[in-house]
Formats: sequence, structure tokens, C-alpha cells
Amino acid sequence: MANWHDYAVRGRVPEWPYPIRYENEQVIETDVLVLGGGIAGCWAAIAAASEGLRVVLVEKSATIRSGAGGPGCDHWCDAPANPSSKVDPDDWAQRLASANGGYANGIGRQIQCRENYDTILELERMGGKIRDTEGEFKAAEGYDEKTKFVFSPRSNPFHESNVVMRVWGTTFKPALKRECQRLGVTIYDRVMATGLLNEAGAQGQRVVGATGFNNRTGEFTVFKAKATILCMSGSAPIWTFDTELAALSTFRPRTLSGDGIAMAWRAGAELALLEKSERHRLGGGHKHHWYAGAGDASYENVPLVDANGKVLPGGLSLPHWGRKSDPGDGRVGGGAWEQVREGVLKGEYELPIYGDFPAMAPIERNVTWKFLLREESGTKIIVDSYEESGFDAAKDRLMAYQLLEGTSPPQWREIYRGVERGGVMIDWDLKTNLDGLYAAGEQLFVAGDHSFAAATGRYAGRKAAAYALEVSHAAISREQVAKEKARVYGPAKRTEGIDWKELHAAIARVMQWFCAEYKTERLLKMGLESLNEIEQRWVPHLYASDPHKLLRGMEDLSILNYAQAILHSSLARKASTQWLDFQRIDYPEMDPPESNKLTTIKLENDQAVPGERPLNYAGHLKKNYEAHNRDYTGVWKG
Amino acid sequence: MPETVYAVPNIPTPNRPVIIDAIICTGCNDCVEVCPIDVFIPAAERGEPPILLHPEECWYCGCCVNHCPTGGAIKINWPIQQRGYWQRASTGQNFRV
Ligand SMILES: Cc1cc2nc3c(=O)[nH]c(=O)nc-3n(C[C@H](O)[C@H](O)[C@H](O)COP(=O)(O)OP(=O)(O)OC[C@H]3O[C@@H](n4cnc5c(N)ncnc54)[C@H](O)[C@@H]3O)c2cc1C
Ligand code: SF4
Ligand code: SF4
Repeated sequence: MANWHDYAVRGRVPEWPYPIRYENEQVIETDVLVLGGGIAGCWAAIAAASEGLRVVLVEKSATIRSGAGGPGCDHWCDAPANPSSKVDPDDWAQRLASANGGYANGIGRQIQCRENYDTILELERMGGKIRDTEGEFKAAEGYDEKTKFVFSPRSNPFHESNVVMRVWGTTFKPALKRECQRLGVTIYDRVMATGLLNEAGAQGQRVVGATGFNNRTGEFTVFKAKATILCMSGSAPIWTFDTELAALSTFRPRTLSGDGIAMAWRAGAELALLEKSERHRLGGGHKHHWYAGAGDASYENVPLVDANGKVLPGGLSLPHWGRKSDPGDGRVGGGAWEQVREGVLKGEYELPIYGDFPAMAPIERNVTWKFLLREESGTKIIVDSYEESGFDAAKDRLMAYQLLEGTSPPQWREIYRGVERGGVMIDWDLKTNLDGLYAAGEQLFVAGDHSFAAATGRYAGRKAAAYALEVSHAAISREQVAKEKARVYGPAKRTEGIDWKELHAAIARVMQWFCAEYKTERLLKMGLESLNEIEQRWVPHLYASDPHKLLRGMEDLSILNYAQAILHSSLARKASTQWLDFQRIDYPEMDPPESNKLTTIKLENDQAVPGERPLNYAGHLKKNYEAHNRDYTGVWKG
Repeated sequence: MPETVYAVPNIPTPNRPVIIDAIICTGCNDCVEVCPIDVFIPAAERGEPPILLHPEECWYCGCCVNHCPTGGAIKINWPIQQRGYWQRASTGQNFRV
């Protein structure tokens, strides 16, 4: 039975297959509570459990493959502590922290550069594949005889750094889950965390646990914890929603709906740089899901040609041995791509563009097509589909969608470009401003990628465990639990009204109108009022006919809170900032010196309170890292 | 032509992100358990293929297909608008997934 037509033919719709347990409540006590079982969350749970503590991991989908990196990962980026690296980890961290005009997360970068090599060695011991032990790619340019690592030309076209390793990331998530189980981590799959619990139920106080509900049964759980780690990623489809391809509204899966940001916000945690957004770029139902030519693995080392096989100029921003590429991510709008666009308009090149796999040396072709694209997150199925339809990388050129798809309208925005995006503000322990609350991975402001998530998750697990060893449990507020239960079950109690899709589309439209290309005090305030109107007028009509739709509806409520926080943050930045793609018509001067700072925002007594930090608030990265990690022993000895 | 015409609302589209071969599928529900989105629910009858309840929420990650222990039981089925093209270099002819 596949669709409504089949239901009709059978004459009845099936009953919900799982027992319905709305409002049943269980209370679970643990030392360390990890919310989100993606890359950062699994690593946090493993690190905390390795310290001998009781650990609970709460994952809204299935830990074995959940999150952006669940299906795979083909590049382990920025690993300067590896033995074949040609750069110093502290220098590399400083370089990353100075990128993007200094709108960076120096603390996270320093942790990544110092510890992600230790992290990947642990992953190898758990069963993750990180080296070419069989010598399959021995003849490839990036192969390193000493370590059997296969390096990428990313940040390394002339072998000047050796910091990005190509890896067999489809093996990672199952290995992480097994390790969690081996260490006795209790995993709650299909449980959506909905809110944090503060001591005495008071916003801004120590976090003493969280609430969640099972999105198959509807059962409610109260988790009591000494320390809680947010690992739910900061991504969310705030500006775009496609009702046809609902889960393809952005590059990341629908399960990443900003729940962590929303619950941190409501609990009184400080958030940074939420005003950052940019034109929708990769993947998604609005565009081609096969993010061809995006400068990612799909075209690593692949020459691009026009419809007649004419080679496009070098310098297109695809990582390539022996060739310097444009900064950026293959977006049309500057440099070599602008040259191609002009050439197309003048008739020098003919569309469409193709990736010329047959023109490559067979070994490099195999690296890209048979290795990277089988290991990257979610791409194995794409490669398999092409091959099943008859595509042969030795004979066929793969079409790229640059120019054809054009740039997105500026109203179709997302939180991501590379990395400069908002998220949870943290200190050198990856602790938030609230006692008992830590964060890692893409949950952090200006987070990095997979290896950043892994290394910061592992670090946050260690630090949260140290805290949990020092403190005792605090009482939870039954009043706060009751309030949260009422919020969660509201939609399940209604049998009609508006459904999650309509609500999501409504929020996205407000953001497109009031917080996109044109930003002014008046528009941003109108946006805030519109979101508040949605909250007061429409949310009370949200209904969910089963626990799964309740999950989607609760995700919308996260998206709504996230959008409100973005508007507060946008109002707080009274300047235009090129690094954040942030243009205020009423403050037209670009990057006036006094505006070069991190904007922060948090709730105090339910009122948004803006704040700020200097861009270099992390201080001297090497010194501060070492001061906070005196007992840490890793591969890197300085 | 169908024998009976039913009055059904428009169905969500695309509504078949994967195609399950009911003869080969053993109804083990591994795909149900691995799917990060919960696109499927298990069938009421043991051994029957799972039901695609939320097809339009599919992320097209392929985890269900990759984890299926029974060869040929489940295949991805890309929405037409998402199917990519390629060109045979020797002839210039275009093909599509
Ligand atoms: C297609 C694709 C390809 C990529 N390729 C690479 C690559 O090759 N190299 C690289 O470095 N990076 C890559 N990335 C990025 C990388 O996957 C992410 O940086 C990484 O997964 C971030 O880890 P995280 O733990 O912060 O978030 P995630 O791994 O996304 O995990 C977040 C988890 O939180 C869960 N969650 C969310 N809300 C809740 C809630 N309310 N309750 C409970 N659980 C919740 C989610 O289900 C998810 O499991 C890729 C991403 C995509 C989408
Ligand atoms: S995993 Fe394969 S065999 Fe098992 S229920 Fe799904 S399609 Fe059928
Ligand atoms: S492709 Fe991914 S999201 Fe779609 S049904 Fe399969 S496992 Fe679920």
C-alpha cells in the first residue's frame, strides 16, 4: 500500500501501528544527558561514558544513521595534527579563526585542530575506516605511503598542507552507535527533546534536565541530569519550505529543525550571530538535490566542460590538484564563474555544463566517483542510481546545474554558507552561560563540519562529565514540566485546525518578507509582530492526528522561536556586515569598525536582551586551550 | 480502466520515494527502523512490506535501501524533477536517470 488511492481501494486506513501513550510520563535520572544523537552527540556520549558516568542519549530519529552526517562523510577536514600534515595545528586554528573577517569560533577551531586527529584514531579503533589499507588508491595523487591516508586537494592543491583526509564515512555512524552501546550509554531513539528544565523552573538558572516525547507513541519523558549537552545542530529551514519535497527544503534533513536553538533560547541561554543568513545554495527541492558542481566531492578534480566538450577556464572553485581555485563554493557571481557566464552569453561556451569524468586519469576518477561519492552523506544512493540507469564514469559526462539553476532569489535564504552562522555561545569548556548546560557541533555559533562536530562533541562530553562529578542533582520544577506538557500536547488534543505544513509555510513567508534582502528597523519589527501574531492566533489551532505529525508540529514551534530570535538578533545589529551577508538599509555603511563584534541575544524574564562580545573574545587560542586542558594527552605534543 | 472510481483527495507528491517489491520483501522492517525521517510505518500483518506513510518527507538519503538485507526488495525512486542528466562523451547524446 503506497498512497491514498491504495487506502481507498482497501476501504479503510490502517490504525496507527504503535501503542498511543499520550501523557504517560516516565522520569529518567542520569549524570550526563546528551540531546541529539548525531555526530557531536554520539561523541559527547562516548566521552562522558568513558569517564565512568551514567549517560543518556536522546535522538529524535534513529541514532544509527541520524543527522546530517549519519549516512556518510567523505572528507575529514582540518586535521593538522596528523603525522603527514605540513602545518602546525595552532597556526592552522588561528588561520581558521581569522577567516571571514574574524567572524569565527576560535574556541571550536582550536579544539578541532588540536583534537580531531585523536578523535579519528579513536574512531578507527571503533571500526571506522580512515585509511586505504588495501592500497586501492595507491597510485592516486593524494595517497600517503607513510600513513595510508588519502589526502584531498582541499586547502592543499600543491600538497602544501595535507590537512584534509578522504575517509570512508559510511562506516562512522554505525561504529559510533556500537561504541555508545558498548560503554553502556542508554539510547532513546525516536524521542524528540522539547525543552530544557531550569532549576526552580526559572529562566536563566542552572539546567537540571530536559523533557521529550516519543514520536511514535507520544509518551512523555522527563530527564533529570547533572549536566546536559546540546547537540541538535543549528540548522533549520527558516526561509524556505517546499510542501512537495518537504524534507528537501534545505540541504540538511528535516529532522534538523533548530530545536536546540529554540530550547536554549527559551531557557535563557545566550545565542550569537543569529542574524546571519544567506541565499539558498546547495541541494534542496527548490534546486537539484544532486549538488553538482558545488565545489564539493562531486566534482573534486573533475574538469568542467561545455556542451561541446570545450574546457571551461581553470580557477573554478573546485578542489583540484595543481590549480589554485577561487574562494567560495562554486557559486555563480564572481571570478572564473563570471567569466564563464559572460562567455555563455557571447556564445563562447554552450550550456549545459558537464563534469568530464572520462577525461580524467582513471585512478583520480575512481577516487572521486567510486570512493568520495560513495562515502559522502547521502550520495551513495545517487551514484548507484546513475549507474543503474547506465551511466559509466569512464564514458559519460555528468551534467552540472550551474547557470541553469541560476542564483536563488534573495528571499530564499538559509542559515548556512560555509560556516559563518549563528548558534549557541560558549566558553572554553564549551559551556553556555547557564550552569549545567554545554553545547557542541553545529549547535555552536560559527561551527565547522563533521570533524569539528566530532572533536567538539568529544570535548564537551569530557567537560560535562567533569562538571557532573562535582555536583549533585537538583530538583526539577513540576510546574515547568506541566507547562511544557501542555505546550507539547496542545496539537494532539485538537482534531481540526491547521497542520504543520501550513504553519511552516506561514513562518517561512514572514521571514521572506521581513528578514531577507531588505532589512530595516520597521520591516524587522513588522516581522516580529507577524511571528507573534502567528504564535497567538494560529498556533492555538495547530493540530496533529498522530505522534509523528505532532513531531513535525513541534518542529514548527522550534522554527517559530528560532525565527523570533533571528529577528531580535537582526534588530540588535545596527550595521551592515558583508561577512554575514547582512545589509541594513537604515545603516548602509558596510562594516563600520565599531560594528565588528559578535552580537548576542538571550531571554531574561521573557524579554530579549541583546549583548555583544569582541570578535576575539576567545583570547590567545593556544594559551587558553592549554590552560583549560592541562591533563589532556593526545597525539600532538606541540 | 479501474472498475470502481473512488473519491479520494489529491495525494501528496511525490508519493513513492522508494518502490518495494512485495514478493521479494520479507517484511523485516529494517528499513522502517533505519529511516531517519520515519517515512514508513510497519504493516499490520507480519511479513508484509511496510507502508509509505509520509512519502513527501523523504530526504532521499538511501539509508533504507542500503540497509535492506534482502537484495532487490527496495529501490529508490527519484521524483522526476530531481532526475539528473548525463552525456555520452563519444556521441554527445544525453540520457537521464
Ligand atoms: C549531504 C551532506 C554531506 C556532508 N558531507 C560532509 C563531509 O564530507 N565532510 C564534512 O566534514 N562534513 C560534511 N557534512 C556536514 C556534516 O555532516 C555535519 O557538519 C555534521 O553532521 C554536524 O554534526 P552535528 O552533530 O552538529 O549535527 P548532526 O550530525 O546533524 O546531528 C544532529 C542530531 O540531532 C538530532 N536532533 C535534532 N533535534 C532533536 C531533538 N529535538 N531531539 C533529539 N534529537 C534531535 C538529529 O536527528 C540529528 O541526529 C555534510 C552534510 C550533508 C548534509
Ligand atoms: S528492509 Fe527490505 S526486506 Fe525488510 S521490510 Fe524493508 S524492503 Fe522489506
Ligand atoms: S531514502 Fe532515507 S528518508 Fe527516504 S525513506 Fe529511505 S531512509 Fe527514509
